[in-house]
Amino acid sequence: MTELLLPLTVLAPLAAAVILFLSAGRLPARQAGPLATAAVGLSAIISTLLAVIVLSAPPSAPIRITLWNWMTLPGFPAEIAFALDPLSLLMILIVTIVGFLIHLYAIRYMQNDPDTARFFGSMTLFVAAMLVLVLSSDLLCLFIGWEGVGLCSWLLIGFWYTDPANTAAARKAFLITRTGDAALLCGLLLLATRTGTLRIDTLLQAVTSGQIPPAPLTAVALLLLTGALAKSAQIPFQSWLPDAMAGPTPTSALIHAATMVTAGIYLIARLHVLFAATPAVMTLMAVIGTLTLLMAACNALVQTDLKRILAWSTVSQLGYMFLALGTGIWQAALFHLMTHAFFKALLFLTAGAIIERVRHERNIFHMGGLLRATPGLAAAFLTGAAALAGLPLITAGFYSKELILSSVWQATFPVGGGLALSGHVLWSLALAGAFLTTLYIFRCFFIVFSGPPQTEISGTTPRLMTIPLACLSLLSLLGGIVEMPDTLAPVHLFTRMLDPSHPLPHTSDPAWLLLAGALTPIAGLALAWTLWGSANPVIREAPVPTPGAHRVLTARTVESRWRPGIVPDALFLRPLRILNRIGRYDLPDRLSDSISRALCRASTLAAQTRTSLIAHLSSRTLRITREGSLLLGRMQNGRVRWYAAWIATGLCATLAAAMLA
Amino acid sequence: MTPLPALVLLPVLGGAIAWLADRSRTRPEQPPPVAWLITLITLILETALLLAETFRQSPDPGPWLDHFSRPWIPPLGIDVRLDMDGLSLSLLWLTLILSLPCVLLATRQIRTRPGLFHFLFLATISGVTGTFLATDLFLFFFFWELMLVPMFVLILIWGHEDRHRAAMKFFLFTQGSGLLLLLSILGLAITHFRETGFLTFNYFTLAATPLSPALSMVLMLGFFIPFAVKLPVIPVHVWLPDAHTQAPTAASVLLAGILLKTGGYGMIRFNIMLFPEAAAHFAPVALSLGVAGILYGAWMSCQQNDIKRLIAYSSISHLGFVLTGIFSGSQAGMQGAIIQMLAHGLSTGALFLIAGSLQDRMHTRDMTRIGGLWATMPRLSGAGVFFAVASLGMPGLGNFAGEFLVLFATWRVSPPLAILAATGLVLAAIYALKLVNGIFLAPAAPAPSPTKDVPTPQIAILGSLMIFLVILGLYPRPFIAASAPSPPSVVTGKGEPNHAHP
Repeated sequence: MTELLLPLTVLAPLAAAVILFLSAGRLPARQAGPLATAAVGLSAIISTLLAVIVLSAPPSAPIRITLWNWMTLPGFPAEIAFALDPLSLLMILIVTIVGFLIHLYAIRYMQNDPDTARFFGSMTLFVAAMLVLVLSSDLLCLFIGWEGVGLCSWLLIGFWYTDPANTAAARKAFLITRTGDAALLCGLLLLATRTGTLRIDTLLQAVTSGQIPPAPLTAVALLLLTGALAKSAQIPFQSWLPDAMAGPTPTSALIHAATMVTAGIYLIARLHVLFAATPAVMTLMAVIGTLTLLMAACNALVQTDLKRILAWSTVSQLGYMFLALGTGIWQAALFHLMTHAFFKALLFLTAGAIIERVRHERNIFHMGGLLRATPGLAAAFLTGAAALAGLPLITAGFYSKELILSSVWQATFPVGGGLALSGHVLWSLALAGAFLTTLYIFRCFFIVFSGPPQTEISGTTPRLMTIPLACLSLLSLLGGIVEMPDTLAPVHLFTRMLDPSHPLPHTSDPAWLLLAGALTPIAGLALAWTLWGSANPVIREAPVPTPGAHRVLTARTVESRWRPGIVPDALFLRPLRILNRIGRYDLPDRLSDSISRALCRASTLAAQTRTSLIAHLSSRTLRITREGSLLLGRMQNGRVRWYAAWIATGLCATLAAAMLA
Repeated sequence: MTPLPALVLLPVLGGAIAWLADRSRTRPEQPPPVAWLITLITLILETALLLAETFRQSPDPGPWLDHFSRPWIPPLGIDVRLDMDGLSLSLLWLTLILSLPCVLLATRQIRTRPGLFHFLFLATISGVTGTFLATDLFLFFFFWELMLVPMFVLILIWGHEDRHRAAMKFFLFTQGSGLLLLLSILGLAITHFRETGFLTFNYFTLAATPLSPALSMVLMLGFFIPFAVKLPVIPVHVWLPDAHTQAPTAASVLLAGILLKTGGYGMIRFNIMLFPEAAAHFAPVALSLGVAGILYGAWMSCQQNDIKRLIAYSSISHLGFVLTGIFSGSQAGMQGAIIQMLAHGLSTGALFLIAGSLQDRMHTRDMTRIGGLWATMPRLSGAGVFFAVASLGMPGLGNFAGEFLVLFATWRVSPPLAILAATGLVLAAIYALKLVNGIFLAPAAPAPSPTKDVPTPQIAILGSLMIFLVILGLYPRPFIAASAPSPPSVVTGKGEPNHAHP
């Protein structure tokens, strides 16, 4: 039964994608959306069924099915094989359920677009690729999904291709992630040559039995980490994600918030045994996560574009997950991944609905006062913002972030050479990040929803779009109660489900730790209220009455001052541009061209010399012949006396010669 | 009776009939032209023949599937000798799978002297078929030259604006290096004659010639250079971008899809099989050349604004993987190279077909002047995106299977080279996305877009190529198993002529 259901999860969206692409735009929008949604919905139902089957049975070995042998080489088999264990079960539930809600939303959101079939085709293809990614039990098979999601991301970011900026953003995203993919592929090659397999369970056994020496193992971990960092937009690859907001909003919600960018988290969680064997790489991971979460939160604080704020916030939250992975508590990372998928999808979808209502205006300073006009959307956004900030007790974000923070406090991070980085340092930085998170998201909330109205608001949000928002709001509030700190209540459903044999060590955390984590968001909220929210806000970044041009200018200066991508751009892009410029000339081609040109010139020269020589010779011959013939002709003038004289002279000359000799 | 000689002769005979039929017609005809019809029938017959050959019971249990041998010039020991193994069979299938769409999609519109065009087209196919089958070295050389001359004329007469220069370049490079091939063949035969006192050009007999290491290396290089020109390997790739760009669509497809593969085929069949030790000594150089080709071709490709030129440079990059795989010295690399040859033939052939149909409609190949095709031609654009994505090495499609196997084999020999080759995959993404975002999913451009999409049958043909690529990418095992090259030492068939062992 499960053996049959598992491939069907992937097959349903894949079939929808094939149908939608084959229709080549002839399928009306009215059918394309529902078809895609039904396929993803079917997938979601199957996933739920699988969850019921797996969770109702006593914990046992994961369900495995090998679909077919992909390539068989001497000493290296590669299979198309799926495995369902709690980790992949969690991922397929997130992907299909959140994916279904987003598809439902997108039916109305995209219905006036002329190219709906391409949109839904790419979206369902994405869901299929993502499911392949999380279900594969072979790393090479996982790589199919890994690259497939990147491809769909590129298709969807550049969906509105009439604006070159969009396709440029799409290419940027694909190329940066592909750089990471190349690193990941190198890591896979190294693993494959060392162990002779890429099957995940065999690999992890080889790692635990010490089959791989430490140096190659560290290299593998670093290469895989590079791939994961690029996919999840962490330092130094972060610059593609904000640009990726050029795509339609459902895409941003599904791909660039809830699922694809978390592929890096999934990969490391899946291979946590391998990473646990390389402590230095774990420390690096935690430090990169911490730096990213701080840097991205600071960036989010100065953005003016609603979707870019959310994008930076995604980068920041992914930083938390990397911090958790670096600490070794991969369950906490996945817990945060789950809650983040709920509330970030909610925030993006709400943002999309808002942007639609204010005539595609994305600058938050051109909104304002939307609370009265759109109370429902305001409530949804508030829910998402609260969950993102982690307001204590009532939101899911609180529990997941709290789990990460409390574990970081106790951890130590070996740096090498006997030195170690104390968890307290990273904890305080992460706490500062949590404070900034509250600050930026409520800055955004207050600027958009309070204050005087800045723009006209048109239309209503259709029912089909509000249903997903309501579901996601509910999940953002209640999704966290499956796992609670011991201080509150000993609920550990989530971590027990993920890894029944190794529950997280729940040492008695000091109560003030929990309190600090709970008070930080509240402090941030209070500050945000005084700065932007109250009746007389302290800061109004863009003055209200100035004309539009000036506002744009302000926004742009802020943007350019805080250009986050500027360092990697200068580092990577300039040499690439120079290389590019050189590349206009195919040097061997030039060489052969110049040789051929030289040969051509030489042969012309030779030909010219030859012709002139021949011409010279022939003209000379002609003249000599002509003059000779004239001379001879003059001799034969027919006068007998002349002949006699010639004969006499000749005779004399001969006689003289004979005599003298 | 074995159908091998029929496989070689059928296309050129069909071509001759097509030419005569076209000459003998009296008044301007209605489409479809009679020459085109005869060509199509010839290719269908050829397919049937190959199908029969594929499913024929092999006369002997060895890896060689079929043999044919008749004396040709007995005093010189030259035979008409054709043998088929899995490698030849799979490349023959590639030839047919590509030439059918060529005829169906690209040659029907030929207006100037269609008879001659189709004769030359089929003659090239005959030459290629012969090249893939010949196991008498003299006969191999004969076919090697036979496929060049018609191609030269095809470019010269039906090519685009700069065709004379491109055709001359193509001819000089390939013919010049062909001379080297002849010298090496003669050298090998004469060495064998000196050693045994028996003159023969038989591949299997010559394979056993005892050679000193130095001589072996010299002869190996003599074989390597013409194949390298054909493959092409940098720095002798110079003829390729011009020839591919200037050739008419059908000739571009033949060139990229099949003719380049004769280089790879030759390297496997002659360099590796005849001179294994010398090839192993030479491998580091060849691997470096291969990786350099991967990077250089991709780098050049990123710079092009001419659609066909971009695809042509990307071919150099892809065939760098073939060279790397062949000389990686392991079975995985060899298999990867063969899969890569098949996949490259399909994906690049299809891209050239698409570029050709765009040129027919828009009369330009300049990417800066074409744009926004998705809006008007969603089906052709969809196919274009698919093949571009295949060419950037998307896992699940044929090219990735080949590239992965090659990378896997290269990593065992030298990890730094493998890392460099993997960098080529990033560059591949740059040019493939440039192609897609330059014309298909791109803002509208000055050149007027055609208002009609290509008709359904043509898309169906491209669709079947897509299916082949997907199968090759997701289930390459049968192809890997079927296309393995056979070593010359295991011939046991009764087709073996007796005088081979005096």
